[in-house]
Amino acid sequence: MRSIPAADITDAVSKLFVQANYSLGADVLAALKKARKEEKSPAGRDALDVILENARTAAKENIPLCQDCGAAVVFLEIGQDVHIKGDLTKAVNDGVKQAYTGGYLRKSMVDHPFSTRQNTGDNTPAIIHTAVVPGDKVKITVLPKGGGSENMAKLAMLLPSAGRQGVIDFVVKAVEEAWSNPCPPLIIGVGIGGTAEKAMELAKHALIRKVGQSSPDKENAALEKDILHNVNGLGIGPMGYGGRITALAVHVESFPAHITALPVAVNLQCHSARHREAII
Amino acid sequence: MVKKITLPLTEEVIKSLKAGDNVLLSGTLYVARDAAHRRMVDALDRGEPLPFDIKKQTLYYMGPSPAPPGKVIGSAGPTTSKRMDAYTPKLLASGLKGMVGKGVRSDEVKNAIKKYKAVYFAAVGGAGALISKTIVKSEVVAYPDLGPEAVLKIEVKDFPATVINDIHGGDLYIEGKKRYSLAQ
Repeated sequence: MRSIPAADITDAVSKLFVQANYSLGADVLAALKKARKEEKSPAGRDALDVILENARTAAKENIPLCQDCGAAVVFLEIGQDVHIKGDLTKAVNDGVKQAYTGGYLRKSMVDHPFSTRQNTGDNTPAIIHTAVVPGDKVKITVLPKGGGSENMAKLAMLLPSAGRQGVIDFVVKAVEEAWSNPCPPLIIGVGIGGTAEKAMELAKHALIRKVGQSSPDKENAALEKDILHNVNGLGIGPMGYGGRITALAVHVESFPAHITALPVAVNLQCHSARHREAII
Repeated sequence: MVKKITLPLTEEVIKSLKAGDNVLLSGTLYVARDAAHRRMVDALDRGEPLPFDIKKQTLYYMGPSPAPPGKVIGSAGPTTSKRMDAYTPKLLASGLKGMVGKGVRSDEVKNAIKKYKAVYFAAVGGAGALISKTIVKSEVVAYPDLGPEAVLKIEVKDFPATVINDIHGGDLYIEGKKRYSLAQ
């Protein structure tokens, strides 16, 4: 049994959120540059130039990429041979608090969602997804998730008879309805199967995959290609100014489902696809 | 070609703007988002004056990240405009002439833009670091208790934006999508 002090978790979470908010990953930058090369629309190319210039400015001058520094989504993979010394949830929230107050990040969480809506002042609580896995390590992935794209998430409990085409139609329609709101070009997270909440968690988890990496599952990888082709035919383009690059990538994750069910969840990620991971 | 525009917007400038025009704005913008909009419209409904004179002004839908020491403002890009749609026609009726945000507006807002001769611009969402460099001055002018949602008066120099909805009925989101859609 390996022992890890809760303070190490706090430190890691704090550093990851600051890094994620100030600089885009190499995978996202490469995808944006490729999009700039391929985009046919002049207005779309202008928007991509601004997006790339923004990434350079943010990293060089230490300014958050976007003023919406997101809800603090955290994925934890905890080795079953690890003992955390201290309160794990508190450790994660302390890390969020440190990052958002010390790192000059915007605090966007409000307390009671339909009543008082008072800002909690430190961007806590984090939204934490925990999985227990073999081993004696802890893997932490942070995903500061902006409100503009998160608000365009959709869930459908399709009839199994809807099949593969039903899934494609639902995802493409969700992107079309979201239009310019989620800040395209997007990364489209799709969760298929499980139950309602499992599907949405898969869709969110799909967003932390390296941009453009295909699913290891052949069927899912083929579906990703087909959805991407359809979405990029919508004409929405970068920032909705019209164009052929509405999405940089589609990431599909799937899970077995009940005999009666074909749940499909769509979780959209804006072009400012901020995530970072560390292994302790 | 990029048009350089000095704020506040004049009738003549508004008439000349067309959906798809790239512009650089210089002058005063007032910054307000959801909570501030609700308070402003509540004030109008009660017959009370707004905390600043909105006539001829341009609103920027934005909530910045905190300014580090020595900086005017933090990251400062646009937020989704549709959350302001419910309040916007009343503000346009009170003399508001310009709005800067991102994303599609409701039909009510688009009609009010034509009726009251105003213009809706988009700035590139997620470009908050770059946009912050065009903000030379910032002060809280109302509702300081709202924190990142307080009303700010900012001075901008060459703030980049694109005309989305003009007074002639032009709509870049609709026209752009139509031009590049592969649907039959």
